[in-house]
Amino acid sequence: MLSYILKRLLMAIPTLLIVITLSFFLMRIAPGGPFDGERQLPPEIEANLMAAYHLDEPLPMQYLRYMGNLLQGDFGPSFKYKDFSVTDLIAQGFPVSLELGFWAILLALAIGLPLGIIAALKRNTAVDYAVMGTALAGIAVPNFVIAPILALVFGVTLAWLPVGGWNGGAWQNMVLPVIALSIQQIAYIARMMRASMIEVLSSHFIRTARAKGLSESKVILRHALQPALLPVLSYLGPAIAGIITGSVVIEQIFGIPGIGRYFVQAALNRDYTLVMGTVVFYGALIVLLNLIVDLLYSVLDPQIRYDD
Amino acid sequence: MAFHRLTCRLLPALLILVVSSVAQGATLEIGNGAEPGTLDPQKVNGNWETRITRALFDRLIDYAPDGSLVPGLAESWRISDDGRTYRFKLRGAKWSDGVPITADDAVFALRRLLTPATANHNATLYYAIRNARKVNTGQADPSTLGVEAMDDRTLVVHLSEPTAYFLQALAMSEAAPLPEHALKAQGDDWTDPGRMVSSGAFTLDEWRPQERIRVIKNPHFYAAKDVSLDSVLFHPIEDAGSALNRFRTGALDIAYSSVPSSRFSWAKNNLGDALRVGPLVAQYFYMLNVREGQPLADKRIREALNLVVRRDVITRQILGMGQDASYWYVPRTTAGGARGEMAFADWSMDKRMARARQLMQAAGYGPDRPLDLTLRYNTLEDHKKIAVAVAAMWRELGVNVELINSEAAVHYSSVNQGQFQVARYGMMATVNDPYDFLNAYATGGSAHKSSGYQSDRYDALVEQSTWELDEAKRADLMTQAQQHLLDDYALLPLYDYVSVHLVSPTINGWQVTPTDVHPLRYITIED
Repeated sequence: MLSYILKRLLMAIPTLLIVITLSFFLMRIAPGGPFDGERQLPPEIEANLMAAYHLDEPLPMQYLRYMGNLLQGDFGPSFKYKDFSVTDLIAQGFPVSLELGFWAILLALAIGLPLGIIAALKRNTAVDYAVMGTALAGIAVPNFVIAPILALVFGVTLAWLPVGGWNGGAWQNMVLPVIALSIQQIAYIARMMRASMIEVLSSHFIRTARAKGLSESKVILRHALQPALLPVLSYLGPAIAGIITGSVVIEQIFGIPGIGRYFVQAALNRDYTLVMGTVVFYGALIVLLNLIVDLLYSVLDPQIRYDD
Repeated sequence: MAFHRLTCRLLPALLILVVSSVAQGATLEIGNGAEPGTLDPQKVNGNWETRITRALFDRLIDYAPDGSLVPGLAESWRISDDGRTYRFKLRGAKWSDGVPITADDAVFALRRLLTPATANHNATLYYAIRNARKVNTGQADPSTLGVEAMDDRTLVVHLSEPTAYFLQALAMSEAAPLPEHALKAQGDDWTDPGRMVSSGAFTLDEWRPQERIRVIKNPHFYAAKDVSLDSVLFHPIEDAGSALNRFRTGALDIAYSSVPSSRFSWAKNNLGDALRVGPLVAQYFYMLNVREGQPLADKRIREALNLVVRRDVITRQILGMGQDASYWYVPRTTAGGARGEMAFADWSMDKRMARARQLMQAAGYGPDRPLDLTLRYNTLEDHKKIAVAVAAMWRELGVNVELINSEAAVHYSSVNQGQFQVARYGMMATVNDPYDFLNAYATGGSAHKSSGYQSDRYDALVEQSTWELDEAKRADLMTQAQQHLLDDYALLPLYDYVSVHLVSPTINGWQVTPTDVHPLRYITIED
């Protein structure tokens, strides 16, 4: 097991290296630079700025400089948020996104899994149609529609909860963004759980279990649930990486100091170092979560073993 | 089961910050548009940043509530008759750590401002100071800059040429004297809360990135007894709709740029006095590429395109926020008295259409030979609506327009490199003076470089107006310069921008100003 983990972690290094190199050069190929804005800068000023960020050096030099700094754990200074290094920005924003994402995933699992199971058990009945219809709506309505509606109804009209702000992570400020963030996930998880549950319920070992005279609840909980969870689990790896790294829409609408906004804004601002920082961070997170998911597989499915 | 294990792995990483709010007395809550990139007054760039740095750092010259200039850290000043020497008398003010503010701090700050490594965006505004250009381009040592401290409270600035807008420049964020002792002691971290030493009505208390910045009253500020607010919270709210919602629930006292044009009429009907709209020294125009070989090198076509644009349709029907249709380049609210307008401004639409058709025909275009043009704009709903409307207006002339939309970085990069035929452009003045606008089209200016427009006579008029210190003569020179540009139809002006903010009726001392400055030291909150 340990050697498997080590092997996977070592394999991550070339993967990340390719991701970093590709992103670095793709970013520079994109037209427009970090100082192209409504106010065109005089050439003297632009030269000063380019020199301050070493952008006046040849590209291969810049790449080597970046990789050298990265090896020492230095992501460099952000071009836009000049008072912060990229490491500072991620270190300050990630705990917020992580906390919000954690509750959103928890809520999505707590609601999505039972809904999917119920729909599978009541397959092709009114209950099934109702659950799956709602789930479809949840997938179809994007969160930039859901979030403002939640803010308007519960924040402005009913005034039950704050419409925005983080307030150091007070639970009142978290309720609406967590709901907005989890609605689509609930829908995805419910649909996936239903499909895999239906498949598992029609398999031979379930028929055998039923033939042994086990009660239906025992059949479901003891025998069907565990294998049915596998597809959901493999979905959860990348999904969790996506959710705990924040959502630009949710963060902007609810004014949350997470890192989701950086993924979009950094690219639009051509904030090269911040773009690279988010790419490396997200890439590493995906690698790590996929590894965790694979390890959990072996817990859920006894046929999978990673021992040498 | 699966998620139970996941929970165990994730929980230790959770940080739950419990921070108690300790604000006492009058606290002003501001929706501030965006997160500042820095609070170093010489490295800030956007108005969401300077709004904070101006509260933290007083300049030699300060703004009154109406945006006019008043003495700041300099209690008085004298300008020599030739307009080349400025002698400032500093008041005996103190930094927030109690150390006296001296003329040396002002010298230190101006030298740092022009040092290449500071990479200040507005440095060219200060090129009038002797040796400034050389210092800023690394050809001279900062110590050779034409600024000197005669004694602790006397600062002398030597200009190489008289410059009409120089006092305006000294009111800007980057011109603030800086605490040399604190910068030397703290290094790059000097802007951190707890380390920053400042001179303004407020000092930095807390900075939670992307969440809020809190500034508190500075007891060492020279007019501290007149400052009513105990603290101000700046919330970086980028989404206008969210800022509007938070203002409606009373969570914000002031919400900057918080009304999207689509919600403007709703806000007007429902928010009453809280909606504060006023003219800005900013112009929305279409830049025309007049380079040799481009269709718009032909002045007749430029005039025709200008003639048929119904600017009132854009300002009233598309935008409807009180913008003024403009037949000029320098916004009408700008100080300095630059007048002039396009010759057809008061013509009937029929007369304009007839003249435009004539011009197009003379230029060799008509129904049989339509003119193909591209119109570039950066991504924003209003820019798109305006571009579509203008394209429809031009179509009446037989002009086929291809609209090209791109994100801001790509748009401005294309414009700056002259890769466009017609391009949407917005220009906001740094100082309340026609200088920024007029200088942009003079040789070496940004619009000159992008559009290819060049006129010796225009250059001469602009140069003279920069040096002229007599107000009436200067206004006349600037009017002539602007008229020259307009008679050449070098650009296609559309409207003067307005600022749209929300200010709670309980707030006093806040005024609409042309440069969008709103000094916090004068603001009071009614109970």
